[in-house]
Formats: sequence, C-alpha cells, structure tokens
Amino acid sequence: MTENVRPLPLRPDSDDLPEHPSFLWRNPDPKPSYDVVIVGGGGHGLATAYYLAKNHGITNVAVLEKGWLAGGNMARNTTIIRSNYLWDESSGIYEHSLKLWEGLEEDLGYPILFSQRGVLNLAHSLQDVRDSVRRVNANRLNGVDAEWVDPQQVKQICPIVNVSPDVRYPVLGATYQPRAGIAKHDYVAWGFARRANEFGVDLIQNCEVTGLDVVDGRVVGLQTSRGNIRAGKVALAAAGHSSVLASMVGLRLPLQSHPLQALVSELLEPVHPTVVMSNAVHVYVSQAHKGELVMGAGIDSFNGYGQRGAFHIIERQMSAALELFPIFARAHLLRTWAGIVDTTPDASPIVGLSPIANLYLNCGWGTGGFKATPGVGWCFAHTVANDEPHQYNAPFTLDRFTTGALVDEHGAAAVAH
Amino acid sequence: MQLIRCPWCGSREEAEFHYGGQAHVSYPENPAELSDAEWARYVFFRDNPRGPFAERWVHSAGCRRWFNAIRDTGTHDLLAVYRIGDPRPEVAT
Repeated sequence: MTENVRPLPLRPDSDDLPEHPSFLWRNPDPKPSYDVVIVGGGGHGLATAYYLAKNHGITNVAVLEKGWLAGGNMARNTTIIRSNYLWDESSGIYEHSLKLWEGLEEDLGYPILFSQRGVLNLAHSLQDVRDSVRRVNANRLNGVDAEWVDPQQVKQICPIVNVSPDVRYPVLGATYQPRAGIAKHDYVAWGFARRANEFGVDLIQNCEVTGLDVVDGRVVGLQTSRGNIRAGKVALAAAGHSSVLASMVGLRLPLQSHPLQALVSELLEPVHPTVVMSNAVHVYVSQAHKGELVMGAGIDSFNGYGQRGAFHIIERQMSAALELFPIFARAHLLRTWAGIVDTTPDASPIVGLSPIANLYLNCGWGTGGFKATPGVGWCFAHTVANDEPHQYNAPFTLDRFTTGALVDEHGAAAVAH
Repeated sequence: MQLIRCPWCGSREEAEFHYGGQAHVSYPENPAELSDAEWARYVFFRDNPRGPFAERWVHSAGCRRWFNAIRDTGTHDLLAVYRIGDPRPEVAT
C-alpha cells in the first residue's frame, strides 16, 4: 500500500503558481464631494451605480460600503431569479429585471453563470392549486411565461421530487416558469463593480455612514468613518440596515429587520435540474453549478441584526426538504448562515423619493431582493437621475402605507415571506 | 438555541415561544379623529432599532401567557423580562 502514498509536495516555486487575477476595481480614498453618493455596496447599490453611469452619464459617484463589497445579503441569498409574481406592479419590475438578466452577461462583459433552468412553485392543497392557477393566468396576461403542471409533469421536470400521494402534504401540481433560474451572486456583484469602476465610480469599502447632513429639508452630505463627504444626492441601498440609516435623519420607515437563514450541503453530483419552491412545506432548493444544494426557508420571527438565527428554523427547513426530496436524507449539511432582511407590511419594496429632498430610498426588498438586482438598479438610477420614479418603481412609494395603495404580495408571490 | 426567561416558568428554549413584535403600542385613544397619516403610523410603522428593543413574547408551549422583554437586536442578548402592564424597565446597555 505504501508505494501509493505520495510524499507531500514541497512548497512550489512561485513560477508554478497561477498569476494573481488582476484587480477588478480600484480602492480609492473618498473625495470631498460627489454628485451622487450611494450608501450600500451590495448588488443593488452597485447596479444603481452602473446604470447611473451607463444610462444617465452620471459618473461623479461614490458607493460607500461599511464592510466589503457584496458581503451582506448579496453574499447570503439563495440566488433564485424569477418574475412570476401575482400583481401587475410586481410583475412589471421583476419581469423588467428578468429581461435585463437575460442580456446581463453580454452587457457587463463578465461571466455570471446565469442559468435559466426554470422554477417550480409547488401546490399542496386545493387552495394552493386555485391560487397557483390564478397566478399563472395573471402572469400570462402580463406577458410572463408561466404554466400549470400536474404531478407527473413535475416529476418529468424534476425527477427527484416525491410526488407520492402518501405524504402529509402531497404535491398536487405546480406552477412552472421556464425562464426563471439562478446566477452566481458574487460574479454578478463583481461584474457590476468592475464596469462601474471603469466608468469612474469610486467604490469605497470599510466606510460606514454615521450621519446624514440635512439643511432646510435637503440632504447635503454624509458623515462617515472615513471623513465627511458632500453629496448632491444620496441614494440609500442598505437593505436590512435601512431603518438605522433613516433614523439618522428622523425618518421612520415601515420596515422590520429579521435574520433569514440559508444553508448548503456538501458537493454532490448533479441531481437537481431546476429550482423548486414550496410555500406550504416551506423550503426552496436549487443546486449550484459547483454541486452544493442551496436551500432557504422563512425568516426567524424576531427582529434582529445579528446575522445568525436559531437552529430549530434549520431543523424545520431540513424536514421540509426531506419531505419533498427523500434522496437528500444522507446529504451532509456543510454550512448555514443568515442575512438581515428588511420586510415591509405588504411584502413589496419601497423604491423612490423620500420626504427629504435629494434623499432616495431603496429598501424593503425583504427576502426577495437578489432577483431584482439589475431591474432595481435600472429603475433606482432613473429615480435618482430624474428626481422622479421610473414607471416600474412608481407604485412602490413610501406613502402607499398612508394612501392604502398596497401591493400585497404576501402569499400571492408564490412563496411565504 | 436561545433560552428565553418566561416571567412565570423560567428559562425555556426559544422554540416554545412566539414573537409578538414591538411592545407598548396601544390602540389610539380617539380613533375617529385620526388622520390617514396617523392611522398609517399606528397600523404599519414600528420601531426597528439596532440595540435594546422592548418587545412582546408569548410562551405558547408553556403557560401560554404574554409578557414583555427587552432584547438587544444586535447581539440577541435578553436584557430584561417583565409582565404585561409593567412599565419598561431601565436596562444597562
């Protein structure tokens, strides 16, 4: 046996090591002043910076990130992309986003592993079936690809789903959106960051905003851990920490921040060809290109900023996954984590103007912000550049909670929040 | 799993409890006189601080009684528990 044991390799010559990849962006110090400062260097902030430059020619822009680029929810989501939302307002912005995803790799000139492998949203009760069929019809009227499939078709699309009638919550059918899919979240962020940097945008990491300067009802600058910065306009894209930022100017938002956990298995051979989501047996599962099963479920119930959650949430998620996919029983859990999601009362985002002049809000995406990344970047950039919302984010105002014009996607949006 | 101190039953696992959101939000005294903006604040707007937060819990799998707690939302540390109707206690932070 011993002849098969190879000696440990010696430290290789530096010549044998691959070249360090070239840096995708500069790491500049903040300048004293910018036309636009975006707070939050996640997917939404970076996409907004990119489209501000590309679509509106605004390049004297800084993106401030308190940690490292795309290290918050952009690094913690389950990368599902779809647009099969019930209401017209939602399908407008999510379908706009999906169309951008379809050309994004070419547009950014950067691989993002966008894979349109489809999404199944399972129905487990008669009410689920009725709601799902209604949503399919609504999607089709809005030009979104959607179809209703029966359990045998579910089995054809994803052979490992248990469609036996002998389980507690049998699969009675599903909605199927073939154009839905997944993408590599880090590459998406890096692609946007690289192109924004090429346009001259300053991406400033380790720069935490500690205060917002408002004069006569107009925002004029920011206090940060790297000094004060004057700003013509300030665009907030800070996800779970939006309430903390808004409270610096006495602005109260209808947001509650919760931990949302996700997890991955060890690397497995390809077994899962699509994305499966179940609202009643609450879990959503896909398989990353590398081979991990990527799963998520519901939020931890309490308000929290701690980026960790309770283990009983993971246990319930695993039991849900095993109900649907008995084949996963022996898969090992590799890693769990949590991000902080900012939820709204109607499970729809807030994207638009604020009561303070030149201060713009992008928050409240809750558990579903990743799929919107290019779409919200496009619309938020339009909002900031023109001081008025784009048609696709116009319904998502802060004052809809006063007027009552809610966009109630709770339950309607194909997954519970 | 986090332990939560029920004021009646003592420390129990978090899974025995349900969360009730912000504490000390009382129904408007003069509902007929409220403007739309005031109704919106009552119905939809709650505090969302990073730090100590007064909130409600119910011991669903125990005594089934509601109580209030002060918990740090940044560290998840439970700083105080107190009975419904008691004033919010001062906590060292």
